[in-house]
Amino acid sequence: MPGLGTLYGRGGATTFLMDLQHADLILIQGSNFAENHPVGFRFVTKAKERGAKVVHVDPRFTRTSALADTYIPIRSGTDIAFTGAIINYVLQNKLYFEEYVLNYTNASYIVDERFADTEDLEGIFSGFDPAKGVYDPQTWKYELETNGEASEAGGSGKDAQGGGTSPTTGGHPEHGTRRPKHDPTMQHPRCVLQLLKKHFSRYTPEVVERVCGSPKEQFIELCKLVVANSGRERTMTYCYAMGWAQHTVGVQNIRAAATLQALLGNTGRPGGGILALRGHASIQGSTDIATLYDLLPGYIKAPSLERGEDTFEKWAKNWTNPTGWWSNWRKYAVSQLKAWYGDAARADNDWAYDYLPKNTGDHSHQPMFFTMKDGGIEGMILWGQNPAVGGQNAALQRAALGQLKYLVCQDLFETESAAFWKREGVDPTTIGTEVFFMPAAAIAEKAGTLTNTMRLVQFHERAVDAPDDAHSDLSLAFNLGKRLKALYADSQRKIDRPILDMTWNYDSDDAHERERVEPDVEKIMREINGYNVETGEQMKTFADLKDDGSTAAGAWIYTGYFPEKDKNLTRRRKGDDWVSAEWAWAWPANRRNLYNRASADPDGKPWSERKKYVWWDEEQKKWTGYDVPDFPVAKPPTFKAQPGSKGMDAHDGTAPFIMQEYGVAEIFGVQGTVDGPFPTHYEPRESPVPNLLYPHQQYNPVLKEWRRRDNPYHAIADPKYPYILSTYRLTEHHLTGQMTRWNSWLAELQPEAFCEISPELAVELGIRNGDWVTLTTARGEVECKALVTGRITPFKIGPKQWVHQIGMPIHFGYQGLVTGDAANVLPPLVADPNVSIHEAKAFTCNLRLGRRGPSHEGPTWLPVPADERTPLGKPERGGRVESGSAQIVDADIVPGSVIMTAAKIEHKLEEHEIDVPTDTESEK
Amino acid sequence: MERIADGATTESQMGFFTDVTLCIGCKACEVACKQWNQLPSDGFVFSGTSYDNTNRLSSTTWRHVAFVEQMDRENPAQSRWMMMSDVCKHCTNAGCLEACPTGAIIRNEFDDVFVQPDVCNGCGYCVPSCPFGVVAVQQKSGTAQKCTLCYDRQKDGLEPACAKSCPTDSITFGPVEELRAKAEARVASLRAQGRDDVRLYGVDGEETRDVGPLNAFFLIPDRPEVFNLPPKPVLPSRFQPAAYTAALIATTGLALLGARVFRRNGASA
Repeated sequence: MPGLGTLYGRGGATTFLMDLQHADLILIQGSNFAENHPVGFRFVTKAKERGAKVVHVDPRFTRTSALADTYIPIRSGTDIAFTGAIINYVLQNKLYFEEYVLNYTNASYIVDERFADTEDLEGIFSGFDPAKGVYDPQTWKYELETNGEASEAGGSGKDAQGGGTSPTTGGHPEHGTRRPKHDPTMQHPRCVLQLLKKHFSRYTPEVVERVCGSPKEQFIELCKLVVANSGRERTMTYCYAMGWAQHTVGVQNIRAAATLQALLGNTGRPGGGILALRGHASIQGSTDIATLYDLLPGYIKAPSLERGEDTFEKWAKNWTNPTGWWSNWRKYAVSQLKAWYGDAARADNDWAYDYLPKNTGDHSHQPMFFTMKDGGIEGMILWGQNPAVGGQNAALQRAALGQLKYLVCQDLFETESAAFWKREGVDPTTIGTEVFFMPAAAIAEKAGTLTNTMRLVQFHERAVDAPDDAHSDLSLAFNLGKRLKALYADSQRKIDRPILDMTWNYDSDDAHERERVEPDVEKIMREINGYNVETGEQMKTFADLKDDGSTAAGAWIYTGYFPEKDKNLTRRRKGDDWVSAEWAWAWPANRRNLYNRASADPDGKPWSERKKYVWWDEEQKKWTGYDVPDFPVAKPPTFKAQPGSKGMDAHDGTAPFIMQEYGVAEIFGVQGTVDGPFPTHYEPRESPVPNLLYPHQQYNPVLKEWRRRDNPYHAIADPKYPYILSTYRLTEHHLTGQMTRWNSWLAELQPEAFCEISPELAVELGIRNGDWVTLTTARGEVECKALVTGRITPFKIGPKQWVHQIGMPIHFGYQGLVTGDAANVLPPLVADPNVSIHEAKAFTCNLRLGRRGPSHEGPTWLPVPADERTPLGKPERGGRVESGSAQIVDADIVPGSVIMTAAKIEHKLEEHEIDVPTDTESEK
Repeated sequence: MERIADGATTESQMGFFTDVTLCIGCKACEVACKQWNQLPSDGFVFSGTSYDNTNRLSSTTWRHVAFVEQMDRENPAQSRWMMMSDVCKHCTNAGCLEACPTGAIIRNEFDDVFVQPDVCNGCGYCVPSCPFGVVAVQQKSGTAQKCTLCYDRQKDGLEPACAKSCPTDSITFGPVEELRAKAEARVASLRAQGRDDVRLYGVDGEETRDVGPLNAFFLIPDRPEVFNLPPKPVLPSRFQPAAYTAALIATTGLALLGARVFRRNGASA
């Protein structure tokens, strides 16, 4: 995620799960850790056993809150106001870790005088183009020293539109090798620290209480706890997950936490850092070896014609930084093309750059489905995805599937997406899509690797053959490639060369595997790791990769995980109770805690004995410690970069964030994010509350939206939709339930769709626990059971105004052993401008007692007239939206005594025959 | 946790220590138990009781995670949501074993209470004899069923499925002596952190008066009743002396009465 990438340099979690044990404070915000990551949560309980405090900040009291020492409620979508206020507390009281901040962050750098903050411009930064709804980041710059060499002036037309979505920073070639001016006293009014201080100056505990609905006293207690557990002797870990990501300010939510961790000096140190908890098994792996439209494996930005990258040189120029680790960019790109196209990739043909498809716009999930619905896409292959349930505005996505000519779906069971044509209320004869359902092999039926939350790549063996015609996803891709090659074998056309020249030699040497048409996973891994083209020897480290075509590597960040022909390091299983360096392999270079140079002071000595991790060994003249140093191992702390130096030589021996241009954490984001260099509180796209901090800017001014009749949005504080709805997951089911709702042991644990509502709201609407209720938005309506629980609280916003929050799990659909309405019919399609993630954690809805009618998919599945379509799904921009005089939709809160009585209403259990299981029948 | 060495049999008492303060209510234990023992589901019904839809231990649910939700609006800091993985207690003096007329319920070499499915005739005497309401007769198989403490796995030197799957080590398995020592240490450490409410259930408290120490015991942060555990479980056999005495008195009385009646009748004849 660029939230971490723009600040620290890499998008991965900075730390690892086992390290949580060494934290003194674990702050979990935007994550239901215990519920969704139960295995990793063991290290939170271990930390607790060692005396650490655990604080959970969340809109709902969840299983995580149950195990936390303190629970603080927060209204969905207000996390920046909350974290920003902690930052303000730290700055106002001068409680930051000064030595760390001065040396390891850009806090002392001076910013261009043309830069204007949200405080100056009432909620927007300088460079905003109201016509296009985008920022021109030209003013988000440092003031550079004039005595260095001349600027190398790069053509940076890059990415104002599409979003600087590289999880690593995009780079700033126009800075050249000139260094920014800086003020070691951090008093200059335009230095980053002072700008940050000004930016968050109005984020006070009182604002937290009014905006977030969190009790002021609890908030101040937390601030004290955070400060007390940071510094030389103590560290705090921040944990987040989808609760932060799935917002139109998703990336900035994460940047806010990363900013705080940089100020407190908690990153790169044991028990510190930010743990990005990934949503499912190999989601980290699927961005590393990218399934995203705008990334190639290893976080190499996919070429885009919007940025004018029609030649290799233009592409390389846009992404090669003069200084820092990304100065090596060209080596990784060339090695990748060598791995993919072998002998066909030569210096004289730009390494077959023309073979790569080029992006022509925003092809992320949401625009893709608009295009599909308008008839712009003919076919689709679905692997491990179920948009008919998992996609926002799910009915629109189901309708889009009906516009395809063919749909291939490979899964364990017939998912809702494979069966969309026979869902309730649809006449199959009106749908022309030809659906091919391919049975998939389950995890135990195939070998391969999973890359988990902490960038750990672990290999697993096949335990049994998949039954009948079921094959691994990999096998489908492999055989598809083989057949395409065979089809084009005789072609003389230039356009077919990418298929014919593609490296595709993964046939297994094992007769049994060949008979089962399964490729050899380890052959693919060897290619990803990389090899010397001449000798065929495996590469040992990405530092040896070259840009002259002599090396090949599919994804440079994984180089080193297969260093010899028969040495697959991801098979290792030698663990200890902490770093476990010989348990599998973590990218990059088996480093477990990133930026760990920061665990030592500028002189290379540990900040304290208690928090010792990686340090400079003066006798051996190298960095050493418990982990692999994330730093040039022989570069002494005393090293001073000479003006005009390039690459890693441009970094001092005190610069721990090696991916960054100047080796420091970028609290002021220079061109990394498209919605501002500092995180700013904006309300969600749909909110019952005006933006109290910036009344002239209701929501993120550059968010992506699609104002179409099949994707209607609610007005600000729309009285028709007065409640906040968050969708989320339960331990018992996985994602859209496509694996778990078919399993009777899991289905019985959570057999029906439900929503959680507070006793207060239940009393207002006359709802009893277990009643059928219907949730409504402009996109459609869904019915489910009501779970009335005191774990949900209304939020007090202002002296007399309250808002209600409702929660609903996303797991249900119309296929499987147990079925129910899909929560995702309700949310709109709207996206964060940086990574195009949807906003499922905060939107508005209405609620009523009783069941829904037969047609519940709303206007969303109807076709859109040609003149209203969005060409290629191109998003519109939110722009400047004033909240104006909109009043908070107030909900009268019933007296406490009534609520307590309501909370005690016991739901009568429906009696059922225990010993005659009805495994094959669903409830409905 | 100690593992039993592969293939070795052991004479030591084996049991569970379930620490409620570490349970996250993920129900992995329930599912692992059902999968290993191939037990069917109990049906698909939304109960509305917190996140618990399996509701109780039954002949087909041998581990059950109960959810205790105590939300306090007046004093939010006092709000609690506790999860407890309940299971057969494998009592020292097991009511079910005492009541079993066929000898189907035995104490095995691991000191655990085991129902032999091939001997059980499904009479159901054990059902009301369990003071914890654990054992039940399954209609399909016609036999009494409950947790076996994974007798089959133990014989192969494996820990029971529930303990194996528990992510936070809320359930631990091992020799009861070791588990007790571990539990005592955990109580001491929690008290040192200011948790004065924690106590052990099934080691030496009042609850062991009849049933004796439990091989599956618990660390709970409140009174037993909060977790649906009886504070003083009573064995039906406790009433036996009184019942026999009463019966003896009654029969003696009746005999005397009869003799008197017959004698009088005889006299009048």
